[in-house]
This record gives sequence, C-alpha cells and structure tokens, in this order.
Amino acid sequence: MAMIIERKELNLWERLYLPEILRGLWLTSRHFFVNMFFHTAHLFGLFKRHRAAVTTQWPEELRPLAARFRSRHRLTTREEGTPRCVGCMLCETVCPAKCITIVAGEHPDPNVEKYPVRFDIDLGVCVYCGYCVEVCPEDAIRMDTNILDVSAYSRDQMKLDIHELMNPTLRKPVPECDLKFPHKCALHDGKLTGSWERVYGPGEKLSRPADQGTELAAR
Amino acid sequence: MPKLTIDGKTVEVGAGKTVIQAAEQAGCFVPRYCYHPGLSIAGNCRICLVAVEGQKKLQIACNTQVSDGMVVHTQGEPVEQGRAEVLEFLLANHPLDCPVCDQSGECDLQNFYMAYGRYDPRFAEQKVRKPKAVPLGPTVMLDAERCILCSRCVRFTDEVSRTQEFGIFNRGDRAEVGIYPGKTLSNPYAGNVVDICPVGALTDRDFRFKARVWYLSSSPSVCPGCSKGCNIDIHYTLDRPHLDDGARVMRLKPRVNPEVNQWWMCDEGRYAYKAIDRCRILKPRHRGRALGWETAVLELAGQLARIEPKQREESVAVIAGTNLTTEALYLAARLFGEGLQIRNCSAELPVLPGSHDELLIQADKNPNRKGAELLGLAGEKARPAEPWIQAALDGKIKSLWVIGEDLAARFGEETVKQLAEKLELFVYQGSHENGTAAQAHWVLPSAVYAEQAGTFVNCDGRVQALTKAFEPLGESRPDWLILTALLTRLELPAPGNEPAKIFEALAAAHAPFAGMTYERLGLQGLPARLDGAGGLGGPAAGAAAKAERK
Ligand code: SF4
Ligand code: SF4
Ligand code: SF4
Ligand code: SF4
Repeated sequence: MAMIIERKELNLWERLYLPEILRGLWLTSRHFFVNMFFHTAHLFGLFKRHRAAVTTQWPEELRPLAARFRSRHRLTTREEGTPRCVGCMLCETVCPAKCITIVAGEHPDPNVEKYPVRFDIDLGVCVYCGYCVEVCPEDAIRMDTNILDVSAYSRDQMKLDIHELMNPTLRKPVPECDLKFPHKCALHDGKLTGSWERVYGPGEKLSRPADQGTELAAR
Repeated sequence: MPKLTIDGKTVEVGAGKTVIQAAEQAGCFVPRYCYHPGLSIAGNCRICLVAVEGQKKLQIACNTQVSDGMVVHTQGEPVEQGRAEVLEFLLANHPLDCPVCDQSGECDLQNFYMAYGRYDPRFAEQKVRKPKAVPLGPTVMLDAERCILCSRCVRFTDEVSRTQEFGIFNRGDRAEVGIYPGKTLSNPYAGNVVDICPVGALTDRDFRFKARVWYLSSSPSVCPGCSKGCNIDIHYTLDRPHLDDGARVMRLKPRVNPEVNQWWMCDEGRYAYKAIDRCRILKPRHRGRALGWETAVLELAGQLARIEPKQREESVAVIAGTNLTTEALYLAARLFGEGLQIRNCSAELPVLPGSHDELLIQADKNPNRKGAELLGLAGEKARPAEPWIQAALDGKIKSLWVIGEDLAARFGEETVKQLAEKLELFVYQGSHENGTAAQAHWVLPSAVYAEQAGTFVNCDGRVQALTKAFEPLGESRPDWLILTALLTRLELPAPGNEPAKIFEALAAAHAPFAGMTYERLGLQGLPARLDGAGGLGGPAAGAAAKAERK
C-alpha cells in the first residue's frame, strides 16, 4: 500500500537557518550536561533512583536480551546430525511474510520418514513474528540464537540456507558444504548433495526395504 | 416406498436402501470410514452411529435398512457421545504422525475428531508398533500404524479391480492390513486405494512429500488419457515454484460421475499429468527461429491465401488429432474445410493398438475420437488421412498442416524427415516437443487440456466439459485461439472469441450437440444424440434420451 506524505514547507523562522542550528545544539548539550550531572551525582550516591543514559560498547560488549527475545532462526538437530525438522511445512504455511522455502524428502528411518531436503529463510523478508517457532510440532525451529546483527551486501545474501540454519555460527560466505545427508543448498546451486551412507555408514541398513531411502529422496 | 423422518425431514427412499443413503438424500451428513458407495457394506468402523427411535442402542447407519415410519436422529447427545467413543477406540493405537502424514489436511480422522471427538485421551499404555513406510507397489505406500482397518482397500481389490492383493492379517489390536505374500500392488487401478483410504495409511508414492494438500487448488476436468474420458480434478499450485521443480500440477484425482468412471480412474491416466509441465513447446518458430504470434499468423495466413483455389483440392492436406477439443476440431473444419475449401481435412487415422479392459481403460488413447466422428472428421464418412503421407512423399501434396497428431510416432522419424524435405509448407501445431515438431517448418505451440476450456466426447458419446485450470505455459495458446486468429486474419467468419461461443455455434451446426451449452453440460456432461435425429432441449431431454437408450 502506497502512502503519500505531504512535506511541510519551511516557515520563515526555519529558513533563517541559524536559529534552528542553535536549537539543535541546545538539545544536544542539554542531554550531555544533564547526563553528566546525574552520572557524577551517582558517584556520590545521590539521585540513585534517577537513571542516566548508558552507552554499550557494541559489538565488543553485548546488550543483555530477554529470554524470550526473537533473534535469528536456527534448526535444531538430531544426534546423528540431521535436522529435527520433519518437513511438515506448517511454518512455511503459517509464515505471514512467505519467506520460508521447504522441499521435503524421504528419510531412510521409517520412524522419521520425512525431512527437509531444502530449508531456506529469507531474512530480508522475515518480520520476526515467531509464528514459525510457535507452530512447529517438533521443536525443530527456534529463534534463540541471540544474533541480531544480520547484514549483507545483497538481498540474495540475506537468504539463509540449511547450512546457516543448522549452524548459527556460520556466516556468509559459507566456507564449505559439511552436511552429510542429502540436501540442496546455495553452495551447490540448489543441486542435491550428500548421501545417507555418509550419515549411517555404508551397508548399515535402517529398517526399510532396499528400494527406499536415498533413491526416492534423490528423485 | 418407505417413508422415514431424518432429523425432522421426511424422505421417501427406495426399498432396500440403508439409513446412510436416506440421510444423504435428506441432506444430513453421517460420518463414515468403512462405508463407500462404490463398495459392499462392511459395517466395521462404527463411526456412522445414529439413533433410531424405538431402538435402545445406537445403530450403524450404513447397514440399517430403512423401514416405513422410521424416525432417525443423526445429531444430538447420545449419537455424538457414541461417535466420540468410537473415535477413541480408533485412535487408541494411532501414531498421530500428522506432521509427516500426506493425508493430513484431507484426513477423515482429523476431520471427524475435530467434529465429534475432542475428548481427553485415556489411553496410557504403550501403542502397538506396526510396519511403517512400506512400498506396496510402484504407486502406493503403506503405513500400517495409521490404518483404522476399515477394509475399504480390501473390498476395492476384491470387488472392483478383482485382483485380490489386500488382506487383513492377525487379530485384535495386532490386526494389520497388508498384501498377500509374493504379491505386489501393481494392478492398473492401484492408485484408487489411496483415494478411498480415509486415513493416511495408504498414500501415493508419486505425490509423497511433494506438497501439502492445503497448498493445492482444484479444477474439474476430463482425463485425456483414453477415450473413456474419466472425470477428474486437477490439483495444482501456482505460487510455490520450489515444489516438484516448478511443476504446476501436483496430482490428479478422480471426480465422481456415475455415468462414466463412477469413483475411479486408472493409474496410467492418474500419472499422465506430468507431461503438462514437461517438454512443452513454448514459442512459435519457423525453421528453428523463434518468432512472435503476430508474425506467425500473418505469414501463415498469407501462405494459405496464396495457394491457388484449384490447387487446394489436391495439394493441401490438414490432419487433425483426435486429442483436440471438439471446439478446435470444429474450427479446423470451418477454417480449412468450409473456409479455404480444402478437401483433404480429416482426423481419420487408424486407432493404434493399446491396452484395454472391461472396467475403464479403452484401447483408443485419444480422448475425442467420438467428437471428431460426430463432426464428420473421423469415422466412415471422413476421408482417411493415411494415404496423404505417401502422396506428400510422392510430391502430390505440397502443403501439410498437422494439428496435435505426432506423425513421427505413427510413421517413424525418417518418414517425417523426408516429408519436411519434400513439402513446401509443413506446419505442426501441438503442445509437446516430439519428432514431428523437430522436423516441421513451422511450429505453433498449443495449450494442453488443463489450460483451456473445451469439450471431449467420450467413447459412449457423452459430451463432457473441460475447464481451464491455469494459463497456458510460455507463449502457447489454445488451438481454438490459434484457429480463430487465422480465421480472422483470412477474413473468414469466426464464431466468437471464447470457447463457450464456439461451442454454441457448433451445437447449432451439428445435430448431435443440438441444444447444448457449457452451462447445460455442467460437471457431469450430457449424452450426444447419436441417432442424429433432431435437437436435445436441455438436461431434461438429455435424461429422457438416456432413458430411451437404456
Ligand atoms: S519469524 Fe515470522 S516472518 Fe520470520 S520466518 Fe518465522 S513465521 Fe516467517
Ligand atoms: S514447522 Fe517445524 S517440523 Fe514443520 S517444517 Fe517447519 S521447522 Fe520443520
Ligand atoms: S492418518 Fe490422519 S490422523 Fe493419522 S497421522 Fe495421518 S493425518 Fe494424522
Ligand atoms: S489401509 Fe486404509 S483403506 Fe485399507 S483398511 Fe486401512 S484405513 Fe482402510
């Protein structure tokens, strides 16, 4: 929805320039002196109940965040290193910004059955509503990484793929593809890489008939 | 005929009907798992409980015969409590896999639980484990844990496909559905068990994990896989290009039509949808060079107009496929036959041998041969098109226009290559890249059945309407639009710029279609007057005609 905001004409006083500059300077200096007064007074134990402005030395020093703060997403993992996500696509369905992309595949363990071959979140579009976390039946997606400083040089780089989601310490450019299970990621142009053999070992059969698993997932 | 009262409504039903059928007639929905109108009655799921006045216990609606003066309640306290208790039993061992289950969203366990269940579960014991994700055949996957043992699949393979693969093994809470040892579920109708399974125990291996059902839109259509013309719903999604590599159609489902396919369709037709999004011709082209529609139509109309009227008799041939809609066939006849006076315009090619059976599958794999026959483009009255190929190779025919028929599949790639060398004008108007498209001088991309409105006439002479599900892929256009553009360019009268108008003109010109419009055809179609004697004054007369034939 486009909205047109009328710009106000400057009046004569504002166009004189100097008075407005002085007004700005006055505001800045007022904050400076008031804060300096209170900080000095706090040193002597006075006016303790009146808070003064604080500066956090970000990024060396991080601001404490509330426990339920919604920060960058991550996908939780199973013991063998595959995502807990079962590709139910409920988060993709509920997402109001339509920024989640999931392609599901066949997991060789019939008790898991389904997992995400591709899982992307476009943080350039995400509104951080947390509905995806709320709706997930498997506790597979969380927004508890406390990462706020998501920045990139292009819109494309704002898209997290399954690597970055499973390992929140990773930053773009992702150095190399270290996920063993079959998946599609930006590193390989969205082509399928990995195999279940690398997760469960060659010849190790999960309880599924032979023609299943990787062959179907790779379809 | 017995008269009974259901939820205060009085209905009169035929003797021997059951309460569930009477309730349907009265417009009262009774939940069901094991009852299916196309199968015998098993009465084992017990969800269809209703209260019958004068009977102490609740009765199952599917297996209680109606009697005169019966008073039935399908709602109210005792009925709903009874259903909740039945659900509690059905769900006792259920794995509640809904996040991974493909049925989720169209599952009757979910639906009826939300409608009648909502109890506090009391089952604290260990659930019984059964085999999961077992492929039963090329198309169907079984999850025995999710099965509620309604036995619909068993009855389907016993009574409809008559292949007897399914059985229920063991007893009590160990009972599980499966196929007999040594068998695989590979009968030509196997996919139907997925449709009738009310839960996610049988799922489609082709659709498996591709999309969630709530992503899908649905559009009614007719299967073009053979001349039976089974009624189908096309399930597609347009706004999720990451699913299935950008394909639009996700699956086909049979649509009930008691006159044609009842509840079923064959697997060949069910999985033929894949062609809709693959190997399509996307742009008009001339000798390999892509060009716009304007130019193509202008050029081709010019070439057609330049052919001497005398030569049109002998040296031009138009072969239309029997896979075109009736509208396209009619326009082809109007443009080439009536308009340009080309005598060699026909769809009469021998029917290629194909698999067939008693249930649905027909040997003729083209959906509209009957339509072409009714328009005089195929059958005994039409000129056979086969000799024209030889005539073209001999140099007698100099221009050949092919619509929707893959000559290479019929006469071999080599013949088509020679044709392309001999002919002065060789146009292929079709939807898919094939041997003919590769050789033709001009290639005009046409839309597939899912991308246009139109009609097919099935082998029994039933006129059935297709609806347009989505826009044609790339720059392809429906055949009726291409032919209308040519008619307009050649300044010949065109019957209108939409399929409904073309169909009206067709119905006015051809007796078997007299009185038909898209509205009257509706979703179930109407029988054409095959005797050709006079008009058909709407649905009432249509029904009369049907009764006559019976
Ligand atoms: S936080 Fe909201 S907008 Fe962002 S991915 Fe989750 S559901 Fe979508
Ligand atoms: S809701 Fe959870 S389990 Fe379902 S697709 Fe999203 S992350 Fe995966
Ligand atoms: S069969 Fe129905 S209730 Fe059972 S897991 Fe599948 S969707 Fe859920
Ligand atoms: S597999 Fe489905 S159709 Fe067959 S008995 Fe079980 S629930 Fe019924």
